[in-house]
Amino acid sequence: MFARFSREAPVDLADLKSGRLGPDDYARNFGDAHPPLNRSQALIEAERCYYCFDAPCQTACPTGIDIPSFIQRVAQDNVRGAAEAILTANPLGGMCARVCPTEVLCEQACVRNSHESKPVEIGLLQRYAVEGHLANPGKPLFQRGMPTGKRVAVVGAGPAGLAAAHGLAWRGHDVVLFDAAAKLGGLNEYGLATYKVAGGFAQKEIDWLLSIGGITLRLNCRLGRDITLDGLLAEYDAVFLGLGLQGVNALGIAEPQLPGLRDAVDFIAELRQSAPEIVPVGRRVVVIGGGMTAVDAAVQSKLLGAEAVTMVYRRGMDGLSASTHEQHWAQTHGVTIRCWARPLAVEADGGALRGMRFAATRLEGGRLVDTGEQFFLEADLVLRAIGQTYETEPAGSALDLQSGRIKTDADGQTSRARVWAGGDCRAGGRDLTVEAVEHGKRAAIAIDRALGLGSARHFDQEATHG
Amino acid sequence: MADLSTDFLGIKSPNPFWLASAPPTDKEVNVRRAFEAGWGGVVWKTLGEDPPVVNVNGPRYATLWSQDRRVIGFNNIELISDRPLQVNLDEIRRVKRDFPDRAMIVSLMVPVNEQSWKSILARVADTGADGVELNFGCPHGMSERGMGSAVGQVPEYIQQVTEWCKLHTRLPVIVKLTPNITDVRFPARAAKAGGADAVSLINTINSVMGVDLDRMTMSPVTDGLGSHGGYCGPAVKPIALNMVAEIARDAATAGLPISGIGGITTWRDAAEFIAMGCGTVQVCTAAMVYGFKIVQDLCSGLSSFMDEKGYANLKAFEGKAVPTVRNWNQLNLNHVDKAVIDQGTCIQCGRCHVVCEDTSHQAIWATKDGKRHFHVNEAECVGCNLCVSICPVPGTITMRALQPGETDLRTGRVIDGSYANWTTHPNNPMRQSCA
Repeated sequence: MFARFSREAPVDLADLKSGRLGPDDYARNFGDAHPPLNRSQALIEAERCYYCFDAPCQTACPTGIDIPSFIQRVAQDNVRGAAEAILTANPLGGMCARVCPTEVLCEQACVRNSHESKPVEIGLLQRYAVEGHLANPGKPLFQRGMPTGKRVAVVGAGPAGLAAAHGLAWRGHDVVLFDAAAKLGGLNEYGLATYKVAGGFAQKEIDWLLSIGGITLRLNCRLGRDITLDGLLAEYDAVFLGLGLQGVNALGIAEPQLPGLRDAVDFIAELRQSAPEIVPVGRRVVVIGGGMTAVDAAVQSKLLGAEAVTMVYRRGMDGLSASTHEQHWAQTHGVTIRCWARPLAVEADGGALRGMRFAATRLEGGRLVDTGEQFFLEADLVLRAIGQTYETEPAGSALDLQSGRIKTDADGQTSRARVWAGGDCRAGGRDLTVEAVEHGKRAAIAIDRALGLGSARHFDQEATHG
Repeated sequence: MADLSTDFLGIKSPNPFWLASAPPTDKEVNVRRAFEAGWGGVVWKTLGEDPPVVNVNGPRYATLWSQDRRVIGFNNIELISDRPLQVNLDEIRRVKRDFPDRAMIVSLMVPVNEQSWKSILARVADTGADGVELNFGCPHGMSERGMGSAVGQVPEYIQQVTEWCKLHTRLPVIVKLTPNITDVRFPARAAKAGGADAVSLINTINSVMGVDLDRMTMSPVTDGLGSHGGYCGPAVKPIALNMVAEIARDAATAGLPISGIGGITTWRDAAEFIAMGCGTVQVCTAAMVYGFKIVQDLCSGLSSFMDEKGYANLKAFEGKAVPTVRNWNQLNLNHVDKAVIDQGTCIQCGRCHVVCEDTSHQAIWATKDGKRHFHVNEAECVGCNLCVSICPVPGTITMRALQPGETDLRTGRVIDGSYANWTTHPNNPMRQSCA
């Protein structure tokens, strides 16, 4: 299962390099992980939907997409209508179709599970509908409301900020969308495994979202450096913060500066922003952590040509925050998942990483304790994926926090007047893309209401019915 | 294994499955393949007078599909055989000689004059065929020329032509009826009055399959123009079964042998037609969808069913369901059914609730103790069977008959087990006095 410390092959250590595979391997490994449905497949799958009353799948969707309706429209070959049903509830419905853990959301709730253990492939159908529409959009789905003259600053162009910007622009407000990065999308652009978002889809969907108009972009503009919350409040009628989690948890042990020791989020971002051929990977890789980020990093290490990849998690399998589906995905790609171990020490030799020493753990009276055993895993690359944190400095200390993240009410209103927040920086969520979209969507409705213009219009209904 | 053989008007066949008069029986090569595959008989595609008719060189068939492209309904605008009469007759003779144990029926359609019928009947008898079927049903093309359903829609014509045929041939005469009429009993009675040995039904139903919304034409078209076709396949089975039942239970035609036709796709469909009074069944669409081999599956299924039920031969259940078909006014209005939902197999889709709530009697609750749970409110349930019909899980919703002594919560009436129908009901202004 793992390599014990051995002196037999020191020459192989710190074997960190790019270009381990041939061009065809990269194309295959980083292409679409789950190919989209073609029209025949979509029509047949759509026919499986029972069009349930008060559908459990819709209840399970954080954005409340009317799933039976969109699937019925797919079945009736009305891709535009299907996309309208989806995007009305979730303006990033295409990305969510690709990255949602549907097996614990809509598809888990599907009544088809009862007898067949095979839910309707809601995620794939949603992808079919949104991508089908975006490929041939025709007349715009959403018509921007009459200009209100109100100006709203949206800070952070991840899923929450994009959804808020769309909802606000739709309602006629002028939105200025700030992001510290050079590209829009936040985690959609920087934080997801490449094979989940093949084909440049993240930017395609954002282009569509922005096409509603009324959204001005300020990229490379960082809160706390280039702009301040006070400054924004002076200039704008309201502010939405979709800041994400900018801090990375440390391992809690000495972490020397070594080329082979890095954050999984940076590794994933590098893979999204470069050709995989040029991203270095170790021959042996250790990923520390048990979430989606750890899985994305571990699987991609394997796909880059690493021989042995081990995910190490301090508790048991049932504690992994990666879904069962993600765990299987990792395992079928040859990733070893090793539980009940915590990092003890990074071992290096002459500036080159050699591996990592771990302490075996167990639960004792509800507390995690060391068993006293230790082991060593050889590694040329160690990726930290033990969670990210909300950094308080950029937004300042005037916002109340809860469990280290921004405290809000159900609509996203923070403790500060005229300031809303959503996405991972907001306390109380599950760190899901689809949840961030819902935060942004609901905050836009709340901001619109707070600006005193919300009552007369019905933007949360489909245009064709409104 | 159950005995599937039939003796219909003295015509024997090893099983009740005959290929209906249609494209699959148009030529020797097709019919030989059919007999080799195991079909019990064929009704050779309709012969007419020379010169032969001409078919369009565009689409002859169109289809109603389910979403996963199973054929639900089928229509066609093909005419009767477009080959010279003597070619067909020679082929019929050869095939019958090589397959003497199979039923060989020849379908005929000539103008409504005695000499035309007399002449063709003599030539058919000469082939060694076992019987003739008079095509009074074809609803397209031929009907414009005063034949096919144009005859079948006028009982007097049916009787007249049948009489001529009985006069001019010793072969059994089967009259094939069109469903494109208002009451099938009248043409059936006319056939019987004319001396028909049997009726076969149904022929196809007038139909337009669809509209091409891009070109704004009916569909399909030949060079931009289309014409109605004859509809068949699984979708027409209920219509056919009703017409068969009407003839089987009509006092004037009861006992007249029937060869059942209309959407027979499975052994179960065939068994239903036989239970409704048919001595043989005719199949076309299923063969055109699956090929001739399907007959083996039909025979296998029918045989298994009969073995399971203990029916030694087809006669053992032929017509068995006919006495249960009545006029509505004979139904027992004292009987009360209520829907029952099996909570063990219910998948909680809620379709029963929403359709009952929206379109029927508000008799299925959606929650229990604040949780999603679908159960019947017997105080509102009228036993309509809608929930059974739309439930996606077979057997999950069933109808339970209230037993004597139970109270119908909807009406407050205690069930007493008595029978009373509309004819004596107090709300019926025309009611008969009760004894």
